[in-house]
Amino acid sequence: MKARVFVTLKPGVLDPQGKAIHHALEGLGFGGVNDVRAGKLIELDLADGTSDEDIEGMCRKLLANTVIENFRIERLETAA
Amino acid sequence: MNSAVIVFPGSNCDRDLAVAIEQVTGRAPAMVWHRDTELPDGTDFIGLPGGFSYGDYLRSGAMAARSPIMRAVTDAAGRGVPVLGVCNGFQVLTETGLLPGALMRNAGLNFVCRPVPLRVENSQSLFTSQYSAGEEIAIPVAHHDGNFQADAATLDRLEGEGRVVFRYLDSVNGSARGIAGILNDAGNVLGMMPHPERAIEAAHGNTDGRKLFEGLVESVAA
Repeated sequence: MKARVFVTLKPGVLDPQGKAIHHALEGLGFGGVNDVRAGKLIELDLADGTSDEDIEGMCRKLLANTVIENFRIERLETAA
Repeated sequence: MNSAVIVFPGSNCDRDLAVAIEQVTGRAPAMVWHRDTELPDGTDFIGLPGGFSYGDYLRSGAMAARSPIMRAVTDAAGRGVPVLGVCNGFQVLTETGLLPGALMRNAGLNFVCRPVPLRVENSQSLFTSQYSAGEEIAIPVAHHDGNFQADAATLDRLEGEGRVVFRYLDSVNGSARGIAGILNDAGNVLGMMPHPERAIEAAHGNTDGRKLFEGLVESVAA
């Protein structure tokens, strides 16, 4: 089975990279961009039966720094 | 003084730190590889060097913080052994949870590499007894992720407990309240972005970092 972990900065945490991307988009002439936040997508290929708790443990212990980041787990059904 | 310097893959200030320790203590530190699980018996000071451990993959210091030797470092810190983390070493300490907060990308996005003026805010710590309170010094920085952030309650606690040891005197990286270095609650773990080991001899053009190591020697001997 596969899972995706989305790691994003918590609301209110300054995101200089998102700001730089925002400025670059404006520089390219794209109007109407109100805000940009940059995060990470981590794809995991996991043994069948890996529990939600296990994946959450991976997020808490390594994949996200919960001081500044939130994470969201999305399980993907394996194509047969 | 029996010192140990932890070496991670991608550390690049380990030798500088070892030279500084040897010059001030008269004794070369043990260089301890990140895969080791124990520190040499009788280790009474641990240094975590600057660099780019694991290529800064995932987050600066994140992988190093989970390496086997860090369990031994955490145990030693819990027993009161002084631990100094410089630059990437500071990032490793926050990722390990030995220090609060996080070090994020510099607010200006640039890698900052220059001597910066600092104020010594706490001259009572294990590391700073040779400085006077409020003393202004210059120490080089060289980092991309030195923007210290923590929630307001944590920042207030750090300030209130005298755990903000060094503060930038000008705008360097966007750090909350200009924080350049902090202590853990027990006072034996110091993390700082500036590199005191790069300011210890005349040839460096600056010896403002030397007193940190001298203070440490006094504290360990006491």
